[in-house]
Amino acid sequence: MRWGNFSKFLFVVLAILAVTGLYMKPLALSIKQGLDLQGGTHVVLEASDTPEAVVNDDAIKRVVHIIERRINELGLTEPIVQRQGDRRIIVELPGVKDPEQAIEMLGRTALMEFQDESGAVVMTGKDLKDAKAQIDQGGQKLVSIEFTDEGAKKFAEVTAKNVGKHIAILLDKQILTNPVVQEAIPNGQAVISGNRSIEEAERLAILLRSGALPVKVDILETRTVGPSLGEDSKIKSMQAFVIGIVSIVIFMLIFYRVSGFVANIALVLYVLLLLVALKMLNATLTLPGIAGIILSMGMAVDANVLIFERFKEEYRNGKTLRAAMDAGFSRAFSTIVDSNITTMIAAVVLFFMGTGPIKGFAVTLGIGIALSMFTAVTATRFILRMLIHANVIKNGKFFGA
Amino acid sequence: MKFDIVSRRRWWFLISFIILLPGLISMVMQGFNLGIDFTGGTLLDLKFARPVSVAEVREVLKDYQLEGSTIQLALTGSEEQSNNVFVRSHVLSEEERRQVLAGFETKIGAFEVLRVEKVGAVIGSELTQQAVIALIISWALMIVYISYRFEFKFAVAGIAALVHDVFIVLGIFSLLHIEIDASFVAALLTIVGYSINDTIVIFDRIRENLRTYKKSDNLEELVNRSIWQTMTRSIYTSVTVLFATGALYLFGGETTKNFSLALLIGFTCGTYSSIFNASQIWVEWKLREDWRRLEMKTKGVK
Repeated sequence: MRWGNFSKFLFVVLAILAVTGLYMKPLALSIKQGLDLQGGTHVVLEASDTPEAVVNDDAIKRVVHIIERRINELGLTEPIVQRQGDRRIIVELPGVKDPEQAIEMLGRTALMEFQDESGAVVMTGKDLKDAKAQIDQGGQKLVSIEFTDEGAKKFAEVTAKNVGKHIAILLDKQILTNPVVQEAIPNGQAVISGNRSIEEAERLAILLRSGALPVKVDILETRTVGPSLGEDSKIKSMQAFVIGIVSIVIFMLIFYRVSGFVANIALVLYVLLLLVALKMLNATLTLPGIAGIILSMGMAVDANVLIFERFKEEYRNGKTLRAAMDAGFSRAFSTIVDSNITTMIAAVVLFFMGTGPIKGFAVTLGIGIALSMFTAVTATRFILRMLIHANVIKNGKFFGA
Repeated sequence: MKFDIVSRRRWWFLISFIILLPGLISMVMQGFNLGIDFTGGTLLDLKFARPVSVAEVREVLKDYQLEGSTIQLALTGSEEQSNNVFVRSHVLSEEERRQVLAGFETKIGAFEVLRVEKVGAVIGSELTQQAVIALIISWALMIVYISYRFEFKFAVAGIAALVHDVFIVLGIFSLLHIEIDASFVAALLTIVGYSINDTIVIFDRIRENLRTYKKSDNLEELVNRSIWQTMTRSIYTSVTVLFATGALYLFGGETTKNFSLALLIGFTCGTYSSIFNASQIWVEWKLREDWRRLEMKTKGVK
């Protein structure tokens, strides 16, 4: 019995348990949560070519900016607007109160056109600079619009040609408003009258202001998760996590006793490190991601099972505890590497092929495999060595052999 | 001598075949219950303030020519009525969807939106394509790695076992008509990753035992010994992984139920195929090759 080694062993074990006890919950809660956990709306938009406007890199960049501006008007915390590939944009709106209205705002991001009475497109949204709702002295609800320099020139020409006629403003081929031209307007400033309420005028202004997309954009996909379902999923997956880890811990204790205890400490360390890694990578925790964590716990103890089974074989063949344990680690190592690399291949393919939550699952699975190899081999070995060197337990039975 | 698994290999192949057959037939005959992730469409998951019946919901949908939609009640005590209703229809525009929701509100009453999803058909077909490509790429990479670390025959035998696992899961999902969504793809790849992991451990032991193998030794006996040497580990690992997945299935909530069911089935047959199929395919192949070599030799003597 060597007390020095044994106290080191106790110190390390208690330190790991204390750090976990203190930091695991706040750490887990501080990781960014996906929309499926906190509720919110996920929208995928795709730009497409029209005869008037062809999609290019610059156009998509402008679309992203316009959508960002429009979303800011919704006053949400932490919205995400992301480009995906050449012509897709992903919008994530966590905690949006009225998803229908938000989707409608994004959905009306179609090409804006100005048409004369013969139906010819005379101007497009890119000529428009700004639009504001206002009420004039007579109580009329107006939308004042302002054109870009180039737009002002065009507008002057168009209005000169069409006095007394209608100029329709269309969004997505639907008439938004169809005002009559009173006179030629040379300065690029105009008002649209005939709105029933100030809300309607404001809505039109927002649509005009942000509807000025350079290309046609369609909604490919929308997914809304209500806050109560998100909360429910969160609670249930946490329950599954606790039940999963407790049953694995009990299993390892029964079948491998002291080694099982050490493997359990390594498992706890593994979950802690996994959360740290997710936090550092600024990963988003989704439901499949949590499933990945729960699953990886089962796989994390696999390396230890391999090592301990080897240990038992070597011990039964007459080796000392220390020699058998060392042999167990070194002989199981190549098996652990080979088997984990093949699983890693699946995780990497998932990461590069998958989108959204599937990618999240691949990240947790991949990090999980790498980390579990570290904790199961290095941490378990380090702690077990101290224990064996402490010479407290001399009978292999206590190690499950 | 422990129970001889290897010499009964034809029996294990037969069992796998018997399990695979109904699933394969069902895949051909009735295909899959593809969710909107694949087919495109709109899903409404609503929780009404009062219990409602399928007929009631269908009546409202009639106003919008949507009576052909799939309507499902979430599992509760009573069969006929539930607060929680799923509606799956073809792709609805934002406007149509708003009208339908307004219709529910006026005709049935207040509800809470649990989930609303709309997926275009384009995304759906891309997803199917991606899933198939992902599986093929991962198999190809695994064959490369295993061929490099072991040998080509091990690689093919291991992948054959994986194909078996994937088809059993696909077959059962087809047979029971369980809905397949995007997370099912993730489940399949995880099964593939897990099952190959399991198989490699046994292959690794065979490789190790082959180092002391002499021509006069019995290959079947060697493989049998290898399987039994790793049996405790195979069972223990399967048990811990099934604990984790089982917890997810039983307590993880509705949203991950099909996902964890796929994992449960996949891991179970993954363990089976690792023990009973993968190394037996390898043995079968090796022995046939030896016989052929022997035949060639005897012919040469003549």
